[in-house]
Amino acid sequence: MAIEVRIPTILRTYTDGAKQVEGTGSTLGELFTDLEQRHGGLRDRLVDGGGLRRFVNVYLNDEDVRFLDGLETPVKDGDTVTVLPAVAGGAR
Amino acid sequence: MLTIPRALYDKIGAHARADHPDEACGVLAGPAGSDRPERFIAMMNAERSPTFYRFDSAEQFRVWREMDEADEQPVVIYHSHTATEAYPSRTDISYASEPQAHYVLVSTRDEKATEFRSYRIVDGVVTEEPVSVVE
Repeated sequence: MAIEVRIPTILRTYTDGAKQVEGTGSTLGELFTDLEQRHGGLRDRLVDGGGLRRFVNVYLNDEDVRFLDGLETPVKDGDTVTVLPAVAGGAR
Repeated sequence: MLTIPRALYDKIGAHARADHPDEACGVLAGPAGSDRPERFIAMMNAERSPTFYRFDSAEQFRVWREMDEADEQPVVIYHSHTATEAYPSRTDISYASEPQAHYVLVSTRDEKATEFRSYRIVDGVVTEEPVSVVE
């Protein structure tokens, strides 16, 4: 068992085109560090300094992790993490 | 070129007018790989602002999952500018992350005429494209 991570189109260049990859860790931050070993460059598109990049939404199962504990959110085998590009903009 | 059915074109304009002076935003979904917008999905603007928009993250999760399950893609991602022209701003460009999508901008700055324009935004490069409205 592992944690399933769903990758959006824009980031599949880091996963050889895979829609879904697997990783391990006890927190979201550890999971991203684990993924980085097999999918170099991916972590940098998700994490900026100590937090999540504002251009992405990350969900644990169906909860936005910004409303949980961000990168400190505990994760476990069998969970699904979904990454989506944030859709935003404006007149300026 | 963006080819869009008249009914969807009109719905985008109506949504932008209804939310004016705040920015309106949403998606037209279509079969994956088809480049054909078929389903209109108005999204909440979590910012409720005349100068910014952001999809509500929980609503986006549900809508993206629905599209995934129906083997659809966001063919069009639209939003309105309410006081400026229908051209992508720096913020729009920095967030644009669906290279296969048509980014539609409408402007409601003129009370009578709604400006409707479409762009590709890939790696920070904006390319305007013609819009063909079909009956």
